[in-house]
Amino acid sequence: MNLLDFVVLIGSMVAIAAYGAWHTRRHRSLNHYLRGDETVGWLTIGISVAATQASAITFISTPGQGYESGLDFVQNYFGMPLALILIAAVFLPIYRRLNVYTAYEYLGHRFDARTRLLGAALFLVSRGLAAGITIYAPAIILSTVLGWRLDLTIILSGLLVIIYTVAGGSRAVTLTQKWQMAVIFGGMVAAFVILLLKLPTSLGDAFTVAGGFQKLDAVSFSVDLHRRYTFWTGMLGGFFLSLSYFGTDQSQVQRYLSGSSLRESRLGLMFNAVLKIPMQFFILLLGVMVFVFYQFEQPPIFFNQSAWHEAVRHDPGDKLQALQQEFAAAYAQKEQLIHQWLEAKHAGDGKAEAVARTQALAALDHSDTVQAEARSVMQKDDPGVQSNDADYVFVTFILGHLPHGLIGLLMAAFFAAALQSKAAELNALGSVTTVDFYRHLLKREASDAHYVAATKWFTLFWGLVALAFALFANLVENLIQAVNIVGSVFYPIVLALFLVAFFIKRIGGTAMFWGALSSQVLVLALYFLHYRVPKLDFSYLWYNFIGCAACVLLSLMIQAALGATDKPAPASPAS
Amino acid sequence: MRSPEASPVSVNTPPENRDELTSLPWLRTWRGVYLFVFGCFVLWVLLLLALTMSYS
Repeated sequence: MNLLDFVVLIGSMVAIAAYGAWHTRRHRSLNHYLRGDETVGWLTIGISVAATQASAITFISTPGQGYESGLDFVQNYFGMPLALILIAAVFLPIYRRLNVYTAYEYLGHRFDARTRLLGAALFLVSRGLAAGITIYAPAIILSTVLGWRLDLTIILSGLLVIIYTVAGGSRAVTLTQKWQMAVIFGGMVAAFVILLLKLPTSLGDAFTVAGGFQKLDAVSFSVDLHRRYTFWTGMLGGFFLSLSYFGTDQSQVQRYLSGSSLRESRLGLMFNAVLKIPMQFFILLLGVMVFVFYQFEQPPIFFNQSAWHEAVRHDPGDKLQALQQEFAAAYAQKEQLIHQWLEAKHAGDGKAEAVARTQALAALDHSDTVQAEARSVMQKDDPGVQSNDADYVFVTFILGHLPHGLIGLLMAAFFAAALQSKAAELNALGSVTTVDFYRHLLKREASDAHYVAATKWFTLFWGLVALAFALFANLVENLIQAVNIVGSVFYPIVLALFLVAFFIKRIGGTAMFWGALSSQVLVLALYFLHYRVPKLDFSYLWYNFIGCAACVLLSLMIQAALGATDKPAPASPAS
Repeated sequence: MRSPEASPVSVNTPPENRDELTSLPWLRTWRGVYLFVFGCFVLWVLLLLALTMSYS
């Protein structure tokens, strides 16, 4: 990065944060601080909902996922449009009718105080963990690539977001998200166009190469339970994950409750229901095109170059350098075979094309094996080294192949994405702690100014917790998957609480509370046991379905056992 | 400041009837909007399926 890049990066970040803080500097009412006075239009809500979900991980890690595994991750989002329709039709009118600040207040109305606290506590645990990941994820990558100190990157980006979130509340989050998304999409589209211009082949040939290496397999109807992303895991697991995330996670509920009317909130959600799948497809396709680019331009054997150089320096037997030479030879052979394959295709020689393609696939397998061996040597020499390299692919491509100015814009886009989702999470964590715990348990009657001040302190507290988590975190999973795994462990129970509340009127507070607690233990047990029991090593997306179903069934059974001793709520607000 | 355990239906509840219509030129009812969104979803899946089958 040069001076121009730093001017673009720092200038855009400071301008957006200052804009949010300035426009919301004089607000004393709790309604304004938590819901932005409910004056926001549908387009702003739609962008804000998308921005809250799309963290820096989405824009850094998803292209890496596309590079490594192709388009199949897009199936993860198949359940989302249906979930959003259900939320817009059923959940949203109830939240607005009850005039709640947090989604968990509704659980208190429908069941009892402890079920409300359980729902809020599950949210705080899962979102608190995810908040740590969303601040850690971009920081570790950007610090490595830019050569900045990791702790300094975490602290600087963390403090910036804490300042404007604490100062401006929900409205600041929503206002800044609009501009942050503009920076992000400007940067991503520019990167995509330049990538296409840099490809040494036509777009048709690029798709042929990507398809030949099985990177364009977007939809699979496989029923193999061990396969992570299929049409079925996307429809079932993705549906439940989206339903719980968008319907019950306060960081999202708070976004669409800021709408000036039910219509604006609904249209904001429908905007996301239509655009999310193509947006994720575009980001994954960007990763696939980076993969094609690196078939004609030799990639590094390990994209995290700073870790690689460190490992080479401490490699006693020069094994890594030997592997690097082997990788270069494998790459040269593969490139030659790809040219033969495309020449055969242009000549219309189907037989020669098939032969060259098979040989190119074998060459790709060979270079993948050499890369895996290098990773294994690195980990053997230093077990602390990050084995997952996919998160570094896109950033390495940007720094190596894009023009200055645009590099700064894309780095600004990543930081903007980190800030926008973090801001929404902190805002929600502060709101839930104030409304569901502090106001509900400790201080029931106080002025708005008092609650606004309390929310600011709790937001600051959660910001510091996330910073601490980020400073001590170490992840083995690809980052976009890590966030989804945390969600899949905790969300299904929260979702079940809401589904029962909306649709099964005969279940009361006691049965619901114990059913939810037992099923949360069950999902946690499944998650931790999958490391030891191979049979339990199925796609994490299934936790969403299993946890939700177990919670509903257990609460039904407990209610049946309790009989009349646990009286259900006399009138559900949904009725 | 309303009590945390206030009645489910607040005095400040926004009027629901003004939200019944979508005010969109082509999709006047919410059922129409949901069907449109569902149609887009089916279209995306079919396009992705076509891409998968074309290059597999």
